[in-house]
Amino acid sequence: MTRIASVLRRIKTDAAAPVMALVFAVAASSVVLLVAGSNPIQAYSDMLKHASKLETMIDILNRATPLFIAGIAAAIGFRMNLFNIGVEGQYLLAALVAAHVGGLVHLPAPLHIALILLVAMSVGAAYSGVAGVLKVTKGVHEVISTIMLNAIATSGLIVAGLQAWQAGGGLGGNVTRVGTTPIDESGRLPNLNGFVEIFTRDIGRDRELTGVLVVAIAVGVAYHVIVGRSRFGFDLRASGANPFAAHVGGIPPKRMIVTAMVLSGAVAGLVGMTEIMDGGVFPANPIQGLGFAGIAVALLGRNSAIGALVAALIFAFLDISSGILQNTGSASREIVQIMQGLIILAAVVAYQVTERARAREEAKAAATALAAVAS
Amino acid sequence: MARAIELIGITKRFPGVVANDKVDLAVEQGEIHAVCGENGAGKSTLMKILYGMQNADEGTMKVNGQEVRFHKPTDAIDLGIGMVHQHFMLADQLTVLESVILGSEPTLAGGRIDFAAAKAHLAEVSQAYGLNVDPDQLIESLEVGERQRVEIIKVLYRGAKILILDEPTAVLVPQEVEELFRNLRELKANGATILFIDHKLAEVLAIADTVTVLRQGRSVATVKAADVTAPQLAELMVGSELPTPATSESTVTDDVVLQVRDLQINEAGRPVVSDVNIVIRRGEVVGVAGVEGNGQAALVDGIIGTRPVAGGTIELLGDDVTRQSVRHRRERGIGYIPQDRQREGLLLLAPLWENAALGHQTQAPYSQGFWMNRSGMRTATQEIRSEFDVRTPNIDVAAHALSGGNQQKFIVGREMHSQPTLLVAAHPTRGIDVGAQAAVWDQLKAARAAGLATLLVSADLDELIGLSDTIVVMFRGRIVATLDPAKVTPRDLGAYMTGAATQDDAA
Repeated sequence: MTRIASVLRRIKTDAAAPVMALVFAVAASSVVLLVAGSNPIQAYSDMLKHASKLETMIDILNRATPLFIAGIAAAIGFRMNLFNIGVEGQYLLAALVAAHVGGLVHLPAPLHIALILLVAMSVGAAYSGVAGVLKVTKGVHEVISTIMLNAIATSGLIVAGLQAWQAGGGLGGNVTRVGTTPIDESGRLPNLNGFVEIFTRDIGRDRELTGVLVVAIAVGVAYHVIVGRSRFGFDLRASGANPFAAHVGGIPPKRMIVTAMVLSGAVAGLVGMTEIMDGGVFPANPIQGLGFAGIAVALLGRNSAIGALVAALIFAFLDISSGILQNTGSASREIVQIMQGLIILAAVVAYQVTERARAREEAKAAATALAAVAS
Repeated sequence: MARAIELIGITKRFPGVVANDKVDLAVEQGEIHAVCGENGAGKSTLMKILYGMQNADEGTMKVNGQEVRFHKPTDAIDLGIGMVHQHFMLADQLTVLESVILGSEPTLAGGRIDFAAAKAHLAEVSQAYGLNVDPDQLIESLEVGERQRVEIIKVLYRGAKILILDEPTAVLVPQEVEELFRNLRELKANGATILFIDHKLAEVLAIADTVTVLRQGRSVATVKAADVTAPQLAELMVGSELPTPATSESTVTDDVVLQVRDLQINEAGRPVVSDVNIVIRRGEVVGVAGVEGNGQAALVDGIIGTRPVAGGTIELLGDDVTRQSVRHRRERGIGYIPQDRQREGLLLLAPLWENAALGHQTQAPYSQGFWMNRSGMRTATQEIRSEFDVRTPNIDVAAHALSGGNQQKFIVGREMHSQPTLLVAAHPTRGIDVGAQAAVWDQLKAARAAGLATLLVSADLDELIGLSDTIVVMFRGRIVATLDPAKVTPRDLGAYMTGAATQDDAA
């Protein structure tokens, strides 16, 4: 019984901070809106009304899918006390190579899809692994190396790859930049509209729910189970919490650093799948910034799978809402970014506050138990 | 003449505990006054209050008859109270003179430091109190005892007439303790008042004029040192007879568990352990004595596998494990009690039941194949908690919430729970109270009787002599003596530890 009670208390304290952060962010955003001369109630109700439409929900899920995967990628690093800022470069490079390879080969559907996913994960893992190896052999901090690797990927490798691999074999002059050779239908994930429509009316206006959502769910479940319940996950968390204690406990710190970076990169490699598996090409102007957004998702989600899910949905909702604010004119679309920033800021502060409160409470409980025995 | 210090009814509460409960303390001018008590009796808190580092919740404080209220250490310093901390706060790269004047440098025009004036003042102070130091020596070249002298001079330099020394002998070998005591008597003769915090009874009786005993946050007695014996003092401290580490008859067998041959370990290219040979058999405790920094820590790291070995071999139960991973060695049955429990022993923010698995996570009942076994972890933690008397509200609290003694009991319990064949125990009772210390000793003795081989590294010489079957002394990375604890005194050990004696002299 006490165990259930303590679990419940734990859930309560775990949820308290994000909820506080959200309330604060909404309140502060309202002030910003008022100052800007908009009606906050109107703006919020427009956002919610918009979001309650089926098509908008599809948009939100499509947006949340890569955000969630990026969040998990960052969270793997955070669990090991590693700040993988390189999710950005890792996913773009992985998507490019995977799109190219996927466009070259012709295979039956399950194999084709598996190959593309495998290539993407391998490229992400290898690229992230570079930062891990640099850290353990040369002592280069992963923040520095991943920032550098991001720059090398986005302004070097990807530009070169796009030129070399663009559809039509380069055509010599690269006048039209059209992205990579389209992947056969067999290498694309089917949309989930059929599944959704079992429960709802037909989805209109050419909306397609991305099949990568299934991949994201698989990643989330695997992360939750492996980090929380497996021996490897225990080693990872122990090493992140106290590398010295972990070392004497038989967990080699250097190997854990490389492994964590490689895994983080492998998951990061999947972030770009929404783009290439739905569209079939790595476009000349791919969506950027998902990697950085993933860090925010992991932060708000406290590195847990469920937390990241909620965080990804919140960020996706805000992203998608910016359009409607523009259309109805009830507020400027930039308010959405302000809100995202405020949520993160408030969350970081709130986590600290609740963490300290919990530590104090525990110390007190332990001291009371001691005093009770002593007297 | 008014008393140097008078504390009346000082009370200080922390969440859940009363650290000081109506403590009275009266220190006469020009005396050496010892405050003793177990760890956790409230000595440190009381000194922090006296030095302005913490505020009392209740009570009055008088210095030289004047009622005072300190808010920060500088308030205390202004009234001539100085504190010498247990852990030295000196920078290796500075000279003695620079260290002493740091923070109160006499300056010339333009902000330049007036070294000449500083040197003159330093000479004056050392003259006045009979403390000799070479002002131009680098701190890094000083022995521990000399560093402590620098700390004392630093306080005197700032005009302190009342000195608080926080467990000043903890870091010293017996010879250095005698030197310190000579210095303290010199200081007293020159008019200083000394408040001396300690829990080693023989030392307290040797140096103090008056002794105030604290127990569980209360001042239980103030006595003249001349009128009291060590057993009486001990009884005042713990409220009962003092436990001793002494073991009964030998349980040593012939089965070799650990064999270390010609071990060499390097640090930055220089050997910190060389030519070390150790054999430990089932049921045997081998104690390692040595002044800190003479290779004991590296030896321990080499045996458990966290530090690479440059030469020699380590055999565990007949298998060469010299190049094996830490995990391999732990799976083969090495238990480890680290010297710094918070740094190497615990995941402070993780719950106890997760901490229980650390170091044993590849073994039942903590895991099954690829997966951790949560119910197994919880059951094992409950067993550790009850068998080793870990005082905690439940096993879901984070490790940091436990007191030091309970953290240590938990670590000992965790290591014993897996029934190791070799236990490497580094300072297993450092910084824990007498009750927890006795519990840890009992566990070590019971495990020895059950056939455990133990490598015990300790700075507590009584502990080493009491628990060990054989004692080796390390000096500059080598074993300089192998001794029978039945025939050795702490004084002898001290001589080997400082290199003043070698086994050849003795033979």
